[in-house]
Amino acid sequence: MIEKEIFHSVRLDEEKCKGCTHCIRRCPTEAIRVKKGKARIDEKRCVDCGECIRICPNHAKYAQADSLEAIKKFPYAIALPAPAFYAQFKVDISLGKILQGLLHLGFREVFEVARGAEILAEEINHYLEKREIATPVISSACPAVVRLIEVRFPSLIENLLPLDSPLGVVAKLARMQAMEKGYRPEEIGVFFITPCPAKVTESKQSKNGLGRIDGAISIANVYSQLINIVGELEEPPSLPLASFRGIGWARSGGEQESLEEGEYMAVDGIHQVISVLEKIEMGELKNVIYCEAQACVGGCIGGVLAVQNPFIAKVNINHLLKKYAEFRPIKEEEIKKWREKGIFKREEIYRAKEVLKLDKDFKRALEKYQMIEKLLEKLPGLDCGACGSPTCRALAEDIVRGKAEEIDCPFMLRDRLLNLSKEINALASKVPQTMAKRTRRSEKF
Amino acid sequence: MNEDKVLMEIERKIMGGDFQSAGDVSSELKKVLQQVGFPPSFNRRVVIAAYEAEMNVVIHAYRGVFTTKIYEDRVHIEVNDQGPGIPDLELAFQEGYSTAPPHIREMGFGAGYGLSNMRRCSDKLEIDTRVGEGTKVIMDFFLNSDK
Repeated sequence: MIEKEIFHSVRLDEEKCKGCTHCIRRCPTEAIRVKKGKARIDEKRCVDCGECIRICPNHAKYAQADSLEAIKKFPYAIALPAPAFYAQFKVDISLGKILQGLLHLGFREVFEVARGAEILAEEINHYLEKREIATPVISSACPAVVRLIEVRFPSLIENLLPLDSPLGVVAKLARMQAMEKGYRPEEIGVFFITPCPAKVTESKQSKNGLGRIDGAISIANVYSQLINIVGELEEPPSLPLASFRGIGWARSGGEQESLEEGEYMAVDGIHQVISVLEKIEMGELKNVIYCEAQACVGGCIGGVLAVQNPFIAKVNINHLLKKYAEFRPIKEEEIKKWREKGIFKREEIYRAKEVLKLDKDFKRALEKYQMIEKLLEKLPGLDCGACGSPTCRALAEDIVRGKAEEIDCPFMLRDRLLNLSKEINALASKVPQTMAKRTRRSEKF
Repeated sequence: MNEDKVLMEIERKIMGGDFQSAGDVSSELKKVLQQVGFPPSFNRRVVIAAYEAEMNVVIHAYRGVFTTKIYEDRVHIEVNDQGPGIPDLELAFQEGYSTAPPHIREMGFGAGYGLSNMRRCSDKLEIDTRVGEGTKVIMDFFLNSDK
């Protein structure tokens, strides 16, 4: 259980890591330090956004996901393809063939996350009508954004949509359907085809029970297995269920388009998300009812485990939106039934992660803060990263937290050496008393 | 005994009309409160009020000084600006009343909720204003209030 809590999908390949400082500067939660020539990820701060994977010139960062082998353990393996998966293929390959391809790879069934998004959108509408929550309501679909809020914006936890993500909803629906077909829970394996490491983490952290996700396989992996055969597959009669409403969730803006009319906004790219969250925290954007926020530029199609360039993927998605323009309505009594069964309920309660606090004791924390300010006056302010911390301020914080020392900064080290050499010089020109006497005498006479 | 001792003081300058840096002072203050370990709900109302006060200087005044004093049980903020002052304070407190010019309102600022927001979020609010000279806003936030 505890192991699950600290599971992170973003990992480091020590051999490939050269100890350069690209990743430490890029990380939105300052979770990485270079120590002894290798990058180290602070598990408590990491939100699995994948920015470090994207920036690493040595490909030393990677996302730990499952292999296709994992599905063989289950007699009844179900594939949950992310809407972004569809966007990887050229437009002349039909959606039916893509889904058929998943069955070809050994899955017994496919449940589209895009359909789950359509179902969830109905519930979000229902929820927004009640207006019981602080506005803007922030979408809970992107797990990296959810974690970012828990780590850096704990006061916005009250704004987070208290409903499950499309993935969580679909996992429960898929398992429920399979059980209705007569399969026993241990026979059913639910696998997400994922565009990003954050969703791998979300899958690994899923709890036992209806919502359990047994594994997450990267889009890139499945794509490589499918790309050479998918064209030759037969067109299945009626496999795709989802329409533009759900498929649109593959890219930024799709969520709000699937909701009813209202004052909605969409922001993508983690650094832009941070700046919008800061504005929300300061009380701006109160007229906005719903804020869709995705850590990757372009939305899920921009995930690091996708293969296609996100802007090309967007073109593919736009084609699909036109092609699947007919939305299959969902009966209200079905939604009601699912609601009662807890399909939309968020399994994990949002929790503030107090990693930014300098000390448990308030006065001690204040002292430490002031020590940081003093240290900053001494540090060069170049944010060069040579010390292994992302900025001079981060180094100062590390020093007061006891995780680094002043001479980790090469400039401070140089100053210390300079002073030391001055001292050595001064000492060297001093002469012991006994000898001094003689010298003096010889000088005198 | 030592309850009224200032544990930390931060002073920052704000320039009127500098929309690019607008919000920086409040943003920094938020980080301080977070790192020192005040609870999130407390930080939120301090930051909302601080941001309104900061924006008032950016929108209306020529320049200002933003001072935060942190005590064991409260946060005290003083914002002192050189600017036009507020001719009718009662009117300024009315929600939706704004003297911000149209081009600033178009940017989404100056919607006329600044003062009422500050009053709502703070536990004590004092405004000392002189037309043609400037405005001083003093706010207190108590850690143990029920807000």
